[in-house]
Amino acid sequence: MSTDARMSAKEAIVAVHQARGERDVVITTMTPARDWMTLSQNPLDVVLVPSAMGHATSMGLGLALAQPDREVIVCNGDGSMLMNLGSLVSITGAGVTNLTVLVFDNGVYEVTGAQPIPGANAVDFAAIARGAGFQSVFEFSDLDAWRGSVERILQTRGPTFVLLKVAAVTGVPGPRSPGPAVERARRLIEALR
Amino acid sequence: MFSGEQIAELLDELGVTHVVTVPDSTVGQWQTAIETHGRTRLVRVCREGEAWQVAAGLHLGGAHPLVMIQCTGLFESGDALRNTVHDWRLPIFSMIGYRSYLNQDTLPGDTCLVFTEPMLDAWKIDYRLLTSAAQFGEIAEHYRACQSAGKAGAILVAEGKA
Repeated sequence: MSTDARMSAKEAIVAVHQARGERDVVITTMTPARDWMTLSQNPLDVVLVPSAMGHATSMGLGLALAQPDREVIVCNGDGSMLMNLGSLVSITGAGVTNLTVLVFDNGVYEVTGAQPIPGANAVDFAAIARGAGFQSVFEFSDLDAWRGSVERILQTRGPTFVLLKVAAVTGVPGPRSPGPAVERARRLIEALR
Repeated sequence: MFSGEQIAELLDELGVTHVVTVPDSTVGQWQTAIETHGRTRLVRVCREGEAWQVAAGLHLGGAHPLVMIQCTGLFESGDALRNTVHDWRLPIFSMIGYRSYLNQDTLPGDTCLVFTEPMLDAWKIDYRLLTSAAQFGEIAEHYRACQSAGKAGAILVAEGKA
């Protein structure tokens, strides 16, 4: 797979980190989680490691429903998105307006050794999101363009879907749990009270 | 076995804020009443695995969700249930329709009868099986006990008889 015209996944998520509002909840999983954990942490971060395969968007929907006055940002992988495409319909069907789904599309299951995802280079995630009912859909492969738009997009009335074309990174271990999930859940519940 | 109005009123009384659901022909009949009675909100999802993780997000966000699915959807739910209930130890309560328990005319030899209860045992879900309308009170009793203990639990609703 060519990685031409794809931005760095790490730089793409750094842009999210810089643009997130102080009350925003950010869920990360798979490759985005690995990169997110290298940045400064916030009590409203949900590093979904361990995760259920493909379910970051579903957890995001639940948080968005429970916390309608906060923005919820889900940083998902493309393989993870494929595992739970129906969740895009559940999100639009639920009518939430405070949820942004970012899909980091590198065309591979990076954390398992960069095997191609089904439909790599053919699947059109943005078209799927539109078909699922997302009215605000964006696509970026250029880092400067993403940096220049991310803050505005995160403030857009949602649900919002953003496809980020990023370069695959090989030979890097997958994300490691940042600590006991039970304790992290307790801290998040407290932070959201 | 139970009317939608009975279930809707009970959910409201228990303080359930959201029912996250994929319908079947029994629990699906309760949807209209849940949507029109009280304060409980219905959240429709596309597959049952989603329901556990939507419920997880709701719980983390301070809501009081309940998952309502059929046992076939329980089978589909494995990884999501494991992560929600055991990795993150979130006390998500569920109501699960038990297909063919009361009548196998439509699906003779339905393997739901073979796997449903062992599956709940395998996932270490504390459940109560309801086979008659007289057991209605057990729903609230078990829900409150599980919430008080901070653990997941389930009500298994026998299906298959009109």
